[in-house]
Amino acid sequence: MAKYLLLKHYRGAPAAVNDVPMDQWTPEELSAHLTYMNDFAARLESTGEFVDAQALSPEGTFVRYDGEGRPPVTDGPFPETKDLIAGWMVIDVETYERALALAAELSAAPGAGGKPIHEWLEVRPFLPPYSPTTD
Amino acid sequence: MEDSLLRGLIPDVIGVLVRRGAGFAAAEDAVQDALVEAVRGWPGNPPRDPKGWMVTVAWRKFLDAARADASRRHRELRVEGEPPPGPGIEADDTLRLYFLCAHPSLTPASAVALTLRAVGGLTTRQIARAYLVPEATMAQRISRAKRTVSGVRLDRPGDVATVLRVLYLVFNEGYSGDVDLAAEAIRLTRRLAAGTGHEEAAGLLALMLLHHARRPARTGPGGRLIPLAEQDRGLWNTRLIAEGVDVLQAALARDRLGEFQVQAAIAALHADARTVEETDWVQIVEWYDELVRLTGSPVARLNRAVAVGEADGPRAGLAALAALDPALPRYPAVAAYLHERDGDPATAARLYTEAARSASSLQERDHLTRQAARLNARLRQG
Repeated sequence: MAKYLLLKHYRGAPAAVNDVPMDQWTPEELSAHLTYMNDFAARLESTGEFVDAQALSPEGTFVRYDGEGRPPVTDGPFPETKDLIAGWMVIDVETYERALALAAELSAAPGAGGKPIHEWLEVRPFLPPYSPTTD
Repeated sequence: MEDSLLRGLIPDVIGVLVRRGAGFAAAEDAVQDALVEAVRGWPGNPPRDPKGWMVTVAWRKFLDAARADASRRHRELRVEGEPPPGPGIEADDTLRLYFLCAHPSLTPASAVALTLRAVGGLTTRQIARAYLVPEATMAQRISRAKRTVSGVRLDRPGDVATVLRVLYLVFNEGYSGDVDLAAEAIRLTRRLAAGTGHEEAAGLLALMLLHHARRPARTGPGGRLIPLAEQDRGLWNTRLIAEGVDVLQAALARDRLGEFQVQAAIAALHADARTVEETDWVQIVEWYDELVRLTGSPVARLNRAVAVGEADGPRAGLAALAALDPALPRYPAVAAYLHERDGDPATAARLYTEAARSASSLQERDHLTRQAARLNARLRQG
């Protein structure tokens, strides 16, 4: 098994096919979308492939160390050209092909007009722990 | 009673219940229930015959569950006519359980999970933590696996090779969570080797023991990976090495060579060298030739190129490498190593950087990045 991060972007990914912002959807379309996402996660749990799913607030702040005894320096928010992560799902699957298939399924979540969003999701493999038989 | 001793009883007890007619999934559940009772009751009141106690209690749990199930469904009890509990445990029952849990109808991950639970006796929570997934996910993976094999008749042994592959996967998973999966794999393989007398089971056991022996030397502070050539050989576990070599020699003497015996032979030659300079690379190359002949594996060819580089010089190693597909995992790392040995640090540094980008684990990536950094620093100094 290998773990993959399915990454959803607020910004920074190519435009979806059904590219209508969520605040323009009808309440029914929103409900249908959320139901689809919950069902998807529940189904992955039942197949033993679910690890984690989280959504992130669009508001973030950059922070850095500024020297001994000084408060952290913060900066941002940054102009809307920056890549912005909306959330993720972590799956644990048998093959890379399975990871792609699941990401595609997630990308088919219904959006405006009840039609699939066809949004771009980024699939990133985890670096697994080191195997004791390779040295 | 030690936790591992208690867990050692589990496959036997499941085997007995299955032989008495319980379905595998129900037997497995009943034994887990009995285990909970044992953990609670034994410390204050240990039984004289732990195995007999487990069989009796698990059988009772099974009957209770079957009755509850039957009354829920308003149908006749199928188990009334089953033989009563009693002594009599056959080693074959346990072995059949190994085969069932590694059944070819299961995906590798399902086989691993089911083996750890039913043969290893680990809890679902322990397995979930070891594989870094939620407990609910692992529970589902195990119950799906149980459903998959529920129709399989546990009446004859299967293919040892499938069981060995599963145990090898468990061993390779390493040491995350609160369970030492490598040690667990060794325990299960030791039992399989003793039960079957199969030479490849012995080969795998030897391979695991020899790799496990090096574990204290394999990582430095902060989990930093230390390559074989730089390991402090004083940290190697000589008792495990001696046992691994004994097991291997007994297997090789039977003259039915297999890939695990060959890999163990290579590991034994490394273990046998008191310093890296004493390593018998010529013999190691010969064993890699054997491994390539047996498996045709590209990874074996890649490792062979490294050994050739040591036995006949880096040029010969690079020549062996040239015949292989550069897309192989770890190809750039091997090429980097051979180029450095050949006196070309600039090429080696570039290849180490490339290798780090495609590394298959975090420790490996950090190690390769350090190699690139070391060479780049040297190149800057001129």
